[in-house]
Amino acid sequence: MKIGVLAVQGNFREHAAMLRRLGANAVEVRKPEQLQGLDGLVIPGGESTTFMRLMRLYGLDEAVREFTGPVLGTCAGMIVLDRRHLGALDIEVDRNAYGRQVASFEADLALDGDGEPLRGVFIRAPRVREVGPDVEVLAELDGEPVLLREGRFIVASFHPELTDDTRVHERFLELVREEARSACPHRGPVEGASGEPGGSRAPRRGGLHVRA
Amino acid sequence: MAELGTMRVKGGLAEMLKGGVIMDVTTAEQARIAEEAGAVAVMALERVPADIRAEGGVARMADPDKIREIQETVTIPVMAKARIGHFVEAQILESLEVDYIDESEVLTPADTANHIDKWKFTVPFVCGCTNLGEALRRLSEGAAMIRTKGEAGTGDIVNAVTHMRAVFGGIRRLGSLREDELYSEAKNLQAPVELVQWVAEHGRLPVVTFTAGGIATPADAALCMQLGADGVFVGSGIFKSSDPSTRAKAIVEATTHYRDAEVLARVSQGLGDAMSGLSAAALAPEDLLETRGW
Repeated sequence: MKIGVLAVQGNFREHAAMLRRLGANAVEVRKPEQLQGLDGLVIPGGESTTFMRLMRLYGLDEAVREFTGPVLGTCAGMIVLDRRHLGALDIEVDRNAYGRQVASFEADLALDGDGEPLRGVFIRAPRVREVGPDVEVLAELDGEPVLLREGRFIVASFHPELTDDTRVHERFLELVREEARSACPHRGPVEGASGEPGGSRAPRRGGLHVRA
Repeated sequence: MAELGTMRVKGGLAEMLKGGVIMDVTTAEQARIAEEAGAVAVMALERVPADIRAEGGVARMADPDKIREIQETVTIPVMAKARIGHFVEAQILESLEVDYIDESEVLTPADTANHIDKWKFTVPFVCGCTNLGEALRRLSEGAAMIRTKGEAGTGDIVNAVTHMRAVFGGIRRLGSLREDELYSEAKNLQAPVELVQWVAEHGRLPVVTFTAGGIATPADAALCMQLGADGVFVGSGIFKSSDPSTRAKAIVEATTHYRDAEVLARVSQGLGDAMSGLSAAALAPEDLLETRGW
C-alpha cells in the first residue's frame, strides 16, 4: 500500500513515520507526477497559506483535485480541502479560530462509538464553521466537530500524528483498503495492506466507528 | 480539560513550521510581502540585524505597537525577539500573544550569566546555539525549538555552516559513545545527562532545529537544509536585497525543493542584487553576535 504525504512544507515526516509503523509504504510528494500510482494521500499540518502558494506554483492544487484515492487532511490539510480551497469536502473552516499560540491546547476527545478517549493536540487550530448534509462527524470537542468524514475524505482539526495513538491513521488505511477493493474487485489484497507490521500486533483498540 | 502550554503544544507549533522559511520584518508592509511569498512565520523586529550592526547602540525588544500592527496584518504566526535573560521583555511579549519568543543574541544581552527560565511561560521559546552543549542547556531551560546560530546581519553563510556541523556532528558523535561514557560527556557538554542520553539514543535533538544567520540566497537556504536543518530563518537577507519579494519567493521555493538542483538553478536566476554583506571572518571578536549566550 503506497501512501503519499504532501511534503511542500509542514510536519510530513511524522505522518510518514506513523504510516510506516502501520505497515504502509509512505512517500513524499512535492510535484504532481509523484501522485501517480498512490493508493492514498495525506495532507499534513503546516501553514495553509504556504501550502496553497507552493501547490499552485507546481500545479499540485489541480493534481490533488484530480486525485481519486482516499485523502486524510490534518489541520492545514483540513483547511486546504474545504469549500473555499480545493472544495473536496462540503465544509467551511475558519483558520486559527481558537486564537494565537498561547491558546493552543491538548484535550481528550470523545470518539463516536469508541469508549476510549483520543488525545487531541490543537495548534493554532482551525474551527469547522459549516458542515454539509453528507458529512459525518466522527469526533467532537465541546459539541463542535473536530474529526469528520465525507466519502473518501477524512479531516481533523487536530494533530493525530503528534501522539502515539494510531487510531485515526488506522481508520484512514482501512478506507484505502476498502477503496482499493471496490475499485479492483478481482485483485487480491493490496500489497502491505494487512495493517500488521512485523506480523505481530497490539490488541486492536476499538477503531473509529464509521456509519457506513 | 484542555491543557495549555504543554511541551507537546509548544514544540507542536515548531513542527508545523518545518520545511519553511521564517522572515525578519520591521514593518506591516514587509510582513505582508513575506506572507505573500510563502513565509511560514515572521519575526517582528525594530531593526534587522544588518542595521543593528551598522548603527550600534543597545538593541532591545520591538515596540509593542509595531508588533500589534504586524499581528493585525498577517495570519501566519508572528514571533518576536527578547534580549537574553530579559524575562520581563518576555512577559510583555507573552501578554501581546506573540506566537513564539526568540531569546536572541542579535539583541544586546540583559544578563551575562542566566538565560530566561522558559518553563515559566505558556508561550514557546526558540533559542540559538553554536554547539551541542549550548543547545542542550537551552533545552534544559525550557526552549521548545532550537536554531543554530550564524553570524547575523552579514549575509555570510560560513558561520551558520560551522555551527550546524558542530551541532549535527556532535549528535552523531554522541551516538558512537558507550553508555557509561555519556556521564563524563555530559560534564564536557555542561548539559544534563538525561538530555545527553536521549540525544545519544535518538540521534537528534528532541525539538525542531532550524538554522539562522547569514542566509542571503536560495542556494544558502538549500545548503542549510541539506546539512540537516528543519527549516531556515532569514534575517537581513531578504529586505536588504534589491528585490525582496522575488528573493523571498525564491528562498521559499528553494527550501521546499532543497535537493532538486534544477529547481534551485531556476529560482536562483534574475533575483537582482543580494545584500552586499560583510565577511564574517573580517569581523573583530567584539563585533561578533554569535558568541553571546552562555
